[in-house]
Amino acid sequence: MREVNVDKISETIKEMCISVNHFLSDDMKNAYNNAMKTETSEIGKKILGQLKENLQIAGEDMIPICQDTGMAVIFAEIGQDVHLTGGNITDAINEGVRRGYVDGYLRKSVVNDPIIRKNTKDNTPAVIHYNIVEGDKIKFTLAPKGFGSENMSKVYMLKPADGIEGVKNAILSAVKDAGPNACPPMVIGVGIGGTFEKCAILAKKALTREAGKHSDIGYVEELEKEMLEKINELDIGPAGLGGKNTAFAVNVETYPTHIAGLPVAVNICCHVNRHITREI
Amino acid sequence: MDININTPLTEDITKKLHAGDFVFITGTIYTARDAAHKRMYEAIKNGENLPVDMENNIIYYMGPSPAREGRVIGSAGPTTASRMDKYAPQLLDMGLKGMIGKGKRSKEVIDAIKRNNAVYFASIGGAGALLSKSIKKSTVIAYDDLGTEAIRKLEVENFPAIVVIDCDGNNLYERN
Repeated sequence: MREVNVDKISETIKEMCISVNHFLSDDMKNAYNNAMKTETSEIGKKILGQLKENLQIAGEDMIPICQDTGMAVIFAEIGQDVHLTGGNITDAINEGVRRGYVDGYLRKSVVNDPIIRKNTKDNTPAVIHYNIVEGDKIKFTLAPKGFGSENMSKVYMLKPADGIEGVKNAILSAVKDAGPNACPPMVIGVGIGGTFEKCAILAKKALTREAGKHSDIGYVEELEKEMLEKINELDIGPAGLGGKNTAFAVNVETYPTHIAGLPVAVNICCHVNRHITREI
Repeated sequence: MDININTPLTEDITKKLHAGDFVFITGTIYTARDAAHKRMYEAIKNGENLPVDMENNIIYYMGPSPAREGRVIGSAGPTTASRMDKYAPQLLDMGLKGMIGKGKRSKEVIDAIKRNNAVYFASIGGAGALLSKSIKKSTVIAYDDLGTEAIRKLEVENFPAIVVIDCDGNNLYERN
């Protein structure tokens, strides 16, 4: 049994919050570089150039890439052979978010209640998804989610008879509706299967997979490639002003489901698809 | 076409702008987003004065991240404009001439833009670090308790934006 003090968790989460909001991951940088090469629209090229310049300024001057530094979504994989000491893990994660957002000059975008709407002033609480796994390590993936794109996300409860064509229509319809609101070029996370809530979590998890890395399942890989091509024919383009780059990537995750259902969730993310992973 | 604009944003200026023009704004603009709009809407309903005179002014839909020591402002890009659609027509009828945000607007807002010879600009969503460089001064002038959602008076220099909906109702997002 390996012992881990929860203060180590708070410090790790703090560092992750600050880093992820100032430095985009390599897979997203590659996505920008590829887009610059393929874009044919003049206005599209100009906007991609400004977005790259924005990334450079963010890193050099330590200004968040986007002012919407998001609500902190955390996937926590806890090894079953870890013994946590010094306090409660959920409190420790939230303490990390608090320190990261307060000490890191990040925007506090969380309100205490969806109707009363009083700002909590430290961006807590986070949305945390726990998983118990084998081993004696703890792995955190943090994906701060901005709401310009989150608001354009959708869940569809399709029928089994709708099949893969139904899934394709759902994805395309969500992306079309999102249009310029979701700050394209987007990354599209799709969850297929499970239950109402499971497909939504899968879609969120899909956004944390490296852009450009495809599913191991043959038909899912085909779906990802076909959807990316179709989405990029929509001419929404960078900032919604036209062009070939409406999406950088389509990542699809699947899960077994019920004989009567075909749930599909489409979680849309902007071009600032922040994700970072650390292991303790 | 690239056009330099100085505030106040008068009708002489807005009437010459066309959807697709790139503009660089210099002068004073004001920030307000969801919570500030709700409060202004309630103030109007109660017959109170607004903290900002709308006449020939520009509202930037933006809530910045906090400024580090010695800096003017943090990251400062646009938020989605459609959430302000409920409130915008009334402000336009009170003289507001420009809005800066990102994303689509409702028919009611577009009608109010046409009726008042106003204009809707987009700045680039997710480019908050870059856009912050055009902001030279930032002062909270109302609703301080709203934090990032307070109303700020910004002094901007060559702030880049794109005309999306012009005063004739031409809409750059509707290209097909």
